[in-house]
Amino acid sequence: MKNDQSQHTPSNTNPRSITRRDILKGLAAVPVLGAFSYAWFRKNNLDEAFRKQMREVVNLTAQPVELAPSIQDGKPIRVGIIGFGIRGKQLLRAAGFPEPSWIDDQIKAHAENRQNTNYQSYMEQEQLNIEITGVCDVFSVYSEQAALTASNINREGSKGKMGKAPRQYKTYLELLDAPDIDAVIIASPDHWHAPMAIEAAKRGKHVYCEKPVSWTVPETYELVKVVKEKGIVFQLGHQGRQTESYTKAKEAIEKNVLGKVNLIEVCTNRNDPNGAWVYDIHPEANPSTIDWKQFIGQAPWHDFSLERFFRWRCWWDYSTGLNGDLLTHEYDALNQIMGLGIPESVASSGGIYFFKDGRTVPDVLHVVMEFPKRDLSFLYSATLASDRSRGKVIMGHDANMEISDRLVIKADPQSTQYKQKIESGLIDPNTPIYSFTPGKKGADGFATATEQYFASRGLLYTYRNGKRVDTTHLHIKEWLNCIRAGVQPSCNIDQAFDEGISAHMSTKALLENRKVFWDADKQLIV
Amino acid sequence: MSQSEITKNYTNLQTFLLVALRIVIGWYFLYEGLVKIINPDWSSFGYLMDSQGTFAGLFHAMAAKANVVAVVDFLNKWGLTFIGLGLMLGVFTQLALFFGILLLVMYYLSHPPLATITYVMPQEGAYLWVNKTLIEIVTMAVLMAFPTGHIIGLDRFFSKWLKKQ
Repeated sequence: MKNDQSQHTPSNTNPRSITRRDILKGLAAVPVLGAFSYAWFRKNNLDEAFRKQMREVVNLTAQPVELAPSIQDGKPIRVGIIGFGIRGKQLLRAAGFPEPSWIDDQIKAHAENRQNTNYQSYMEQEQLNIEITGVCDVFSVYSEQAALTASNINREGSKGKMGKAPRQYKTYLELLDAPDIDAVIIASPDHWHAPMAIEAAKRGKHVYCEKPVSWTVPETYELVKVVKEKGIVFQLGHQGRQTESYTKAKEAIEKNVLGKVNLIEVCTNRNDPNGAWVYDIHPEANPSTIDWKQFIGQAPWHDFSLERFFRWRCWWDYSTGLNGDLLTHEYDALNQIMGLGIPESVASSGGIYFFKDGRTVPDVLHVVMEFPKRDLSFLYSATLASDRSRGKVIMGHDANMEISDRLVIKADPQSTQYKQKIESGLIDPNTPIYSFTPGKKGADGFATATEQYFASRGLLYTYRNGKRVDTTHLHIKEWLNCIRAGVQPSCNIDQAFDEGISAHMSTKALLENRKVFWDADKQLIV
Repeated sequence: MSQSEITKNYTNLQTFLLVALRIVIGWYFLYEGLVKIINPDWSSFGYLMDSQGTFAGLFHAMAAKANVVAVVDFLNKWGLTFIGLGLMLGVFTQLALFFGILLLVMYYLSHPPLATITYVMPQEGAYLWVNKTLIEIVTMAVLMAFPTGHIIGLDRFFSKWLKKQ
């Protein structure tokens, strides 16, 4: 090797001194860094110019919807709950009172699978400064469960230390008469919503009522009257009101991003017995543990039936079917976004095509609501026997908007508003001109392809920092804040009236097999 | 084989190609690092959650902890950037190659291209066992075995100073 005087050898004289050649070779790669900087500068400028132009097209508020601060001062609000079935349990949990067995399950689930952070997220849920002072359920097992859950003030598992148990009431009227109850959560079957809410309002108790607002048309009017007369704070249980993407959607509509909208298409797609209301029958349920007469209430008499008690949604006798249970969620979302109000006419058809289990409510249903003054048609289509996802889509002349937890707006290829920008290539009708992902900070609406993929699988932001906020929790919180502030919440009695009447019109149209109309002057369904 | 022996053995073309390879890989690392630094929304969370295969549990566990994700984010952003700078400028080249390989091995293990696995993350090619990450790992190992930082790069000064002492 000695004889090989390679030109890479730094110096012939003193191998340790730094020569001009060393400096040249040592710094030879630096110009590449210059090229890199130039390329990077160009790329960033191009990206920024694109964003700037796109912001001119869709200029929605960049910041995510901030969670409203909770009003915590003052005495705890004393809350009673009527109905402790599936939804009642979820509502108490969202209000800060989990069943001890549910906590056990979540801790176990986390131990088995570290990815499951339901427990951690739940424990981060804000405390709402309330007490549960009364519970009522016509099934004694549920009543006991409700009392135990309401006493779980420290959110502990079954071995935890419980607080004072609330009183269990045999009837809802006794609960409503109790002086130590300020407000009531109603999670009974549909045919009991309005009667209970009316009696609560008459006694000046604030009401959080599960949807739909009512089971018959006349009780809807009565409820509105009493709530307004008594000035109580009424919140209907459409927790979708708290969905961030709906707020963005509303802004997009107001800023005319979609152009003229003539058609809204919304859907329900479920494909499992639970989704079709075939709920479990509790082994301890029997005529001696269930107050059957109280369950029946204003419904037509029927002999004791465990199926009817636990799967009441399957019978018109207690239920409002797909119309009241699931159409209302979709309708309320759109009423929130577009301020639809009550439709001028409704047509409906459907049938019992899959769950031929003796039910009387359809498992496939279509409802068409017409809003001629808005040049707008609202189409709802539901199946309980196919899980194929069909979105919630608002179709405009200039763009369409698909809404889920996320929100995606795409320009229409034939748009007038965006014609020039499409021709110039700035807008590609195949890629979103705006997309919103909840929780994303400083959203400018242009997520990368990778982000879109992750977000669509729920891998991004939703879980970010392990924080997932339950919309039902937010909805109850809003109700409580309004009680403390003396104002009405987002899904107030007027919104509830729109929801109730629209659902009743669609049920009437289906059952009477005709198009029904809303007489706005007389405020009557005709 | 000592460094000086290797040095003397490179032809001009060999040196040029090895340095070119080092620089393009450096460019690739540097840009990946910088785009992550300037994007306030970037997080390794989605990537970690997308992990599959033998080590998926480990990467999912990392994603489950916000403070771990924060550390992973930091190491990725600045790790990629400094490795990129190191390779481009030929400074601490061997160290940059070592940590670069370490990062790539993590990427490879978190997303192994096994026959039974499909990923959420969009991919621009079809891979089985060998993917671009693995090729890059081997390439960087080659660059470690055939160092050039002390020929074309700031390491040239360091190696001189080291010799002085």
